Amino acid sequence: MDTIIKAIVFLPLIGFLIAGLLGTQIGAKASEYVTSGLMLVALALSWFVFFDVALGHEEMIKVSVLHWIQSGSFDVEWAFRVDTLTAVMFVVVNTVSTLVHIYSIGYMHHDPHRPRFFGYLSLFTFAMLMLITSDNLLQMFFGWEGVGLASYLLIGFWYKKPSANAAAIKAFIVNRVGDFGFSLGIFCVFVLFGSINLETVFAAAQSYLPPEGAEAGEAVITLFGMHLDKADALTATCLLLFMGAMGKSAQFLLHTWLPDAMEGPTPVSALIHAATMVTAGVFLVARMSPLFELSPDALTVVTLIGAITAFFAATVGLVQNDIKRVIAYSTCSQLGYMFVALGVGAYGAAIFHLFTHAFFKALLFLGAGSVIHAVDGEQDMRYMGGLRTHIPVTYWMMFIGTIALTGVGIPGTVIGTAGFFSKDAIIESTFASHSVVSGIAFALLVIAALFTSFYSWRLTFMTFHGTPRASHEVMHHVHESPQVMLVPLYILALGALVAGFLFHDYFFGHHYAEFWQGALFTSAENEILEEYHHVPLWVKWSPFVAMALGLFTAWYMYIRSPETPKYLARQHRGLYQFLLNKWYFDELYDFLFVRTAKRLGTFLWKEGDGRVIDGFGPNGVAARVLDVTDRVVRLQTGYLYHYAFVMLIGIAALVTWMMLGSSF
Amino acid sequence: MTDWPVLSAVTFLPLVGALLLLLMREDSAAGRRNILNISLMTTIVVFGLSLYVWYQFDPSNPAFQMVEKHEWLGTGISYHLGIDGISVLFLPLTAFLMPFCVLASWVTIEKRLKEYMIAFLILETLMLGVFVSLDIVLFYVFFEAGLIPMFIIIGVWGGKDRVYASYKFFLYTLLGSVLMLLAIMAMYWQAGTTDITELLKYNFPRQMQTWLWLAFFASFAVKMPMWPVHTWLPDAHVQAPTAGSVILAGILLKLGGYGFLRFSLPMFPLASDYFAPLVYTLSIVAIIYTSLVAMMQSDIKKLIAYSSVAHMGYVTMGTFAANVQGVQGAIFQMLSHGIVSGALFLCVGVVYDRLHTREISAYGGLVNNMPKYAVAFMVFTMANVGLPGTSGFVGEVLTLVGAFRANTWVALFATSGVILSAAYALWLYRRVIFGALEKDSLKAMLDLSTREKVILYPLVILTIFFGVYPAPVFDATAASVDLLVNNYAAALQAAQDVALSVH
Repeated sequence: MDTIIKAIVFLPLIGFLIAGLLGTQIGAKASEYVTSGLMLVALALSWFVFFDVALGHEEMIKVSVLHWIQSGSFDVEWAFRVDTLTAVMFVVVNTVSTLVHIYSIGYMHHDPHRPRFFGYLSLFTFAMLMLITSDNLLQMFFGWEGVGLASYLLIGFWYKKPSANAAAIKAFIVNRVGDFGFSLGIFCVFVLFGSINLETVFAAAQSYLPPEGAEAGEAVITLFGMHLDKADALTATCLLLFMGAMGKSAQFLLHTWLPDAMEGPTPVSALIHAATMVTAGVFLVARMSPLFELSPDALTVVTLIGAITAFFAATVGLVQNDIKRVIAYSTCSQLGYMFVALGVGAYGAAIFHLFTHAFFKALLFLGAGSVIHAVDGEQDMRYMGGLRTHIPVTYWMMFIGTIALTGVGIPGTVIGTAGFFSKDAIIESTFASHSVVSGIAFALLVIAALFTSFYSWRLTFMTFHGTPRASHEVMHHVHESPQVMLVPLYILALGALVAGFLFHDYFFGHHYAEFWQGALFTSAENEILEEYHHVPLWVKWSPFVAMALGLFTAWYMYIRSPETPKYLARQHRGLYQFLLNKWYFDELYDFLFVRTAKRLGTFLWKEGDGRVIDGFGPNGVAARVLDVTDRVVRLQTGYLYHYAFVMLIGIAALVTWMMLGSSF
Repeated sequence: MTDWPVLSAVTFLPLVGALLLLLMREDSAAGRRNILNISLMTTIVVFGLSLYVWYQFDPSNPAFQMVEKHEWLGTGISYHLGIDGISVLFLPLTAFLMPFCVLASWVTIEKRLKEYMIAFLILETLMLGVFVSLDIVLFYVFFEAGLIPMFIIIGVWGGKDRVYASYKFFLYTLLGSVLMLLAIMAMYWQAGTTDITELLKYNFPRQMQTWLWLAFFASFAVKMPMWPVHTWLPDAHVQAPTAGSVILAGILLKLGGYGFLRFSLPMFPLASDYFAPLVYTLSIVAIIYTSLVAMMQSDIKKLIAYSSVAHMGYVTMGTFAANVQGVQGAIFQMLSHGIVSGALFLCVGVVYDRLHTREISAYGGLVNNMPKYAVAFMVFTMANVGLPGTSGFVGEVLTLVGAFRANTWVALFATSGVILSAAYALWLYRRVIFGALEKDSLKAMLDLSTREKVILYPLVILTIFFGVYPAPVFDATAASVDLLVNNYAAALQAAQDVALSVH
């Protein structure tokens, strides 16, 4: 088993090294086949591990690889920890990654830099696997930043485009803001628990808090001037860790990089910015559930941020015209759902949604890629329309993705798409939870579900229905994608249809306990798994109604009466612009941070270093010194002699001093 | 352990090479080649010897090893050499960078090659001498004399504003060295010895520690350089030839950090503790302030120079956190920065040799015709940013852990440096490497030559190796750092006990 796990993690690394170092020698074709082939092997092994660990009865597996950093009690090694949570992520990451590798063989067909592209994809996969298998927080941070690097490289893959370069840097830096919190969170864990190895931390966390009703205890840490007792210290730690999750998962306030990341090639958007990397934040919180579960305040924040993100991103998605950006905002919004689930203690539901979302969102992105491929690189939906008859397979695949995303299904039965199971579970859990913000979170999620349905169908209708708005020339060339691109779509579509039905009982149902085997920690008071079944009937039906309402509105506005949206946009011009410009976050941040930093940098350089330090320091002294020495010593060589002279005098003085000293 | 004076051999072997060079003539191509070959061979042999020292070093023993001691003139000053876990790794680092300096100068130095190489070899001896000295006077001589060849290198082979740069360098260091000299005299007056091993055991009175600490601080802070005495560094870097920058950033900056670890922390623990907040503040200012300044630079070398100041901020912060993580992180950060910043300056040298400008705006789109260069530069950029998996991360995270344990505010501000470093480093990379290749002057530029590959590839490998497997460094330093930290804590504790018993 150890070898299998090592193979899963390191095969993509080998693929990266081969494609990256030898890519030009062995050629593009060979690079594609080698990386994809290695991914296929890793994929097969991942499913094996999934059956063995998650569905079988294998306990948590730990594989040590190498010592990393050992400094006093700060002792970290490279090691793999595989439990059900990791096994689930194995399947998600490797399935999507393999399909994206294969899909890219077709999609990137004309690109001259294919070895580099496939190398980056494999590098990303490796880093993601390091993240999900880590048995300590520092290795997780390695994977965390590693996927950030791969994301940076892939967003900027077409390095000649200035917009791609800007988006790549933005993604990296915004993520670094999150990582800033994550690092501090890691340091907090280290100070509180004396270790950052998950096993040690989790074991200590069980009995960390004083029992109910006991004295709050004295301060265990002084964090930024606050003397915190154990409970507050945990809350602070969790919030800092969550800041990292917010960055990586593009949550409200740190979301601005995700839509721009769409500058990268579309398969990258599917793999990194929909199915895997952006869910790392969800994974982090789920992984650290033994800590989060002890801090209701932190969970409240998680819920609130998640709900706001779900709502906010959905509103922006309503009016975007770029096909990829609509899906990007949708991703952002769906990640908000997952965080709400985590926040109300329904960790299983969150991971379940992560799992199903990976299928249908990757499907939607790859489908969008197929559309873009067909219409010669056009991404603006205003120049699409009527493509249904030209690319029917893509249409049906996108259709399946849409019904899965909007959660089509019949409440009270087991008939439904993947999103139906996972999203409804989240909405119902939110209602059932005892969180202080459960009411508002529930309301925001239902509204977001309505919006989701609207923008998803809007996308479908604008792209595939109605009359073609593209130029004659483009329409003439519209063609269905090759099989190498379509087969991955079939597989993902299958997942989008049946993953919910098949795995519902395991992730968040009857088999919860034996499936997770403690990989997700829930405290004794947390009975959400039981309670969410007993919500009132209207709650169960609310997502369905929202979905149907969204579908109807989209149908009315984009098929029945296409004039209505333009009329509405004119009528509510301010609101429309506000949404179209993404609530003006980019402008705000540019003003607050980017320009301020640049201005400050220039100021400190010219005024601080130039005028004050140099002015009063060396230059000021120089002016005085020069007055005196100019006549005595030649400028070019003077300083050296001065210096050597002073030094020799000094040593002579010292020796004399010592000789005298010793003779006393 | 060893019978022959291996430390003396390592230290003075470069001088032997320099003497050989004196006999050479430079007037023909063959003569030129001989000079280069002798220099290269000398530096490689020295590097081999330094590795032997590392190999012979017993990491479990925290005391000084391979000690050589000879009395000198009966003055109390002695020729006393030895290494412990804190100094041992600086020998291979110094010796490792020298062959690259010779290679980097292979074709770029056109005039007075012989004198140039002699200056470098003398410089190597002096730098190695700093790390092996166990007598404070000997230390002082090596420490201060090392600047003379550096002056000459900048002043003779430097750019057009070299006089101003070396003047600034001179003014700052003079101030520091005078104060340090006075402090050394005072220490001798008080303790009656110049032997470092003796001084380490001596308890200086609290009042005196304060003054001595400040005097040493003046010298080390300039060398480091710490804010606000850092402004000589960007000018010196800009004017220095590539190899000069490599040594300046790679080794000379580390002398200050080494000084803090060898003198300030163990000899004046009470003062170090008292002044720690001051050092923290200056470190944080260095990290944030110089990062912001670095972002706005239009000269590649200046940008990297400023980023060096920021990275040295982590070193001083970790050192004065005075716990195991902080100190080990500081040592690691110095070693890693020696490799990474040296490599970055070598990278600048590669394009400077082709285009003879360091203006960022003159470049753009180099990835199109220099893909190998782009990869190497990317690795060093990421190491500079502190990406996990590169050596830059290990030192940064450990110093931050150390600082966090000492004071969370410090860690909070210092950690914000990870955002700023990403901003300036990636922005630089984008402007130089990415984009379309539009400027005509760049279109004919060739990718790395064999010589340049020989220079950059080993550094790429080391950067990643120490990021993934830093254990050799920690193994070598652990025992001595533990001793240092424990003695420090014990000294503070003792002082506290005394204070309590008085009341």
